[in-house]
Amino acid sequence: MPNVRKVEEEKKQLAKSVLNKPAPAGQDIDLNQYVNTDNTAEITDLSQLTSLDKEQMLAAGIILEGSNQRSGSFLQMDNRPVHFSVQQEGIEVMSTREALAKYDWLQDYWWKAVAVDTDKYTANVELHQGDGYFIRSLPGQKSIFPVQACLYLAGKRVIQNVHNIVIAEENSELHIITGCTTAPRNDPGLHLGVSEFYIKKGAKVTFTMIHNWNPEVAVRPRTGVIVEEDGLYLSNYILMKPVGSLQMNPLARCIGENAVVRFNSIMMAPPGSNLDVGSKTILDARGCRTEVISRAITTGGFITTRGYIEGNAPEVKGHLECRGLILGERGVIYAVPELKGTLAGIDLSHEAAVGKIAEEEVEYLMARGLSRSEATATIVRGFLRVDIEGLPDVLEAEIKKAVEASERELM
Amino acid sequence: MLDIENLSVEVDGKEILHDINLHIRTGETHVLFGPNGAGKSTLLSTIMGFPKYRVVRGRIIFNGKDITGLPVDERARLGIGMSFQRPPVVRGVKTRDILAACLKQRGDGEMIRRLAEKADLVDFLDRDINYGFSGGEIKRSELMQLLAQRPELALLDEPESGVDLVNISLIGKLINELLEKDCPIRNRKCMGLIITHTGYILDYVNARTGYVMCDGTIGCEGDPHEMLATIKEKGYKQCLTCVK
Repeated sequence: MPNVRKVEEEKKQLAKSVLNKPAPAGQDIDLNQYVNTDNTAEITDLSQLTSLDKEQMLAAGIILEGSNQRSGSFLQMDNRPVHFSVQQEGIEVMSTREALAKYDWLQDYWWKAVAVDTDKYTANVELHQGDGYFIRSLPGQKSIFPVQACLYLAGKRVIQNVHNIVIAEENSELHIITGCTTAPRNDPGLHLGVSEFYIKKGAKVTFTMIHNWNPEVAVRPRTGVIVEEDGLYLSNYILMKPVGSLQMNPLARCIGENAVVRFNSIMMAPPGSNLDVGSKTILDARGCRTEVISRAITTGGFITTRGYIEGNAPEVKGHLECRGLILGERGVIYAVPELKGTLAGIDLSHEAAVGKIAEEEVEYLMARGLSRSEATATIVRGFLRVDIEGLPDVLEAEIKKAVEASERELM
Repeated sequence: MLDIENLSVEVDGKEILHDINLHIRTGETHVLFGPNGAGKSTLLSTIMGFPKYRVVRGRIIFNGKDITGLPVDERARLGIGMSFQRPPVVRGVKTRDILAACLKQRGDGEMIRRLAEKADLVDFLDRDINYGFSGGEIKRSELMQLLAQRPELALLDEPESGVDLVNISLIGKLINELLEKDCPIRNRKCMGLIITHTGYILDYVNARTGYVMCDGTIGCEGDPHEMLATIKEKGYKQCLTCVK
């Protein structure tokens, strides 16, 4: 144990050394404008949730009552986990604090996929003992339904410090839906979410994250993914509601042969929203593949959409696609697709397009009898449709629901 | 019935069509010949109502109603449909979605499947419309959409261009179904105006009247097969002298 304490102390020192280090991208958030607190939310179990809270969670894909279509559930309000349960053998769901107490070996995964000294936001999570979810599928086990996790920001000016660990053991399969949301008020708040994913040999993880914030909230998720041989990580990110400021750039590293990573992001920025959203994949082993696909719509907000693929091993393949649609006069989309290859024989490509809806397409649909607004809505719906391979029907339905729920506001 | 009276049309401030007169009765199919750049597609696009094509003189009467100022979607809902020569790709919008939109309340998934089988496009139903389609697939898809739409006036812009010999007979079959060629003319509800550059489609589809358009003007009118024979023999150069 002394060694563990020493390592923990080193992490704290590292964190302290970067307390003023801004992120390399996105608006710099002044942490002093917010409050670090252990347990602001007064709710201690699900029966105390109001119907409005539940509605907010439902909009983020979290079903707390009457659902038999979840393999497990986790709910954290501000900095306190208030509920976790599991409905399937071979799947573990608990708070990270509890998991750290239960499993000594978990220290080996702590701050391994995300560096504690990444920036002041990761430092804040470490120094304020962020709790979060621990989700694990045991070797060979496959989750029948998704595990749902909800991170709920309830208190005014609170910093929600979250540290999540997801481990898919060898040849297991895990589907997760995470809904991040706030109380139904426009209170300022800051969500700092560290998520570390470990996908072992032959394992598969699909991770669907639906954000449902408010215009006063700032959000800084920090995600790292390590994928071993023949592993698969499939991430779907949906943001169709206003948020004050959001910056994230999850990094997936394929370290085993034939590992596969797919990032799909769908985001919308109304006036006042400032998004800087990217995805990075590093292909470090032979035959690894990745696809990074983003769809961004602005109706007046500012979106930077990034993509980065790096190929460092033979026969790796990657494709990056950033597409942006500007609806209205004042929105801005800045697409930054980047590729880096370090040896011959790799296959990396990208395409990026930003623009308004093509009049020719609208008229084509109008010639089939659709009104102008119907034609525009059909094109926008099509733009937001990303064909996702390997996603269970129930998650595909959740994504569709989240996107469709916002279409009317969008138009 | 379609009546085009003294129609002149400009695009981007330049007059392209001059004083066009054309009359198609319900059940009839007419064919428009002409060299590239003659204004054939401009005429079809003007009848369909695309805003880029501005009517400066004359009018278009469809089934007794002056539609000259109506927008595209209203014309479509009145019963005018068009098969595009080069339709746009609409990413994310599936062929199935467009068929459903064309059918409105008149059909279901089974109807969509039957239409796709007819056009040999079942495997294309869940693909983005026109994305990666070959020339023949585009033409079949356009006609399939019109079959779903069931227009009273079908405007077909070069339905045989870019189509191989195997596909052209299927194209002909789809057009004949669209234009109800198996019914006696008096029982048909649909009329057609077909643009053809090569005339190949006449081997598969019967047409009553042909026109030759050159430099934005209809030069002559007559039996389409005779016209085609003349064009094949003398080329459009002869037609140009005739128009002048």
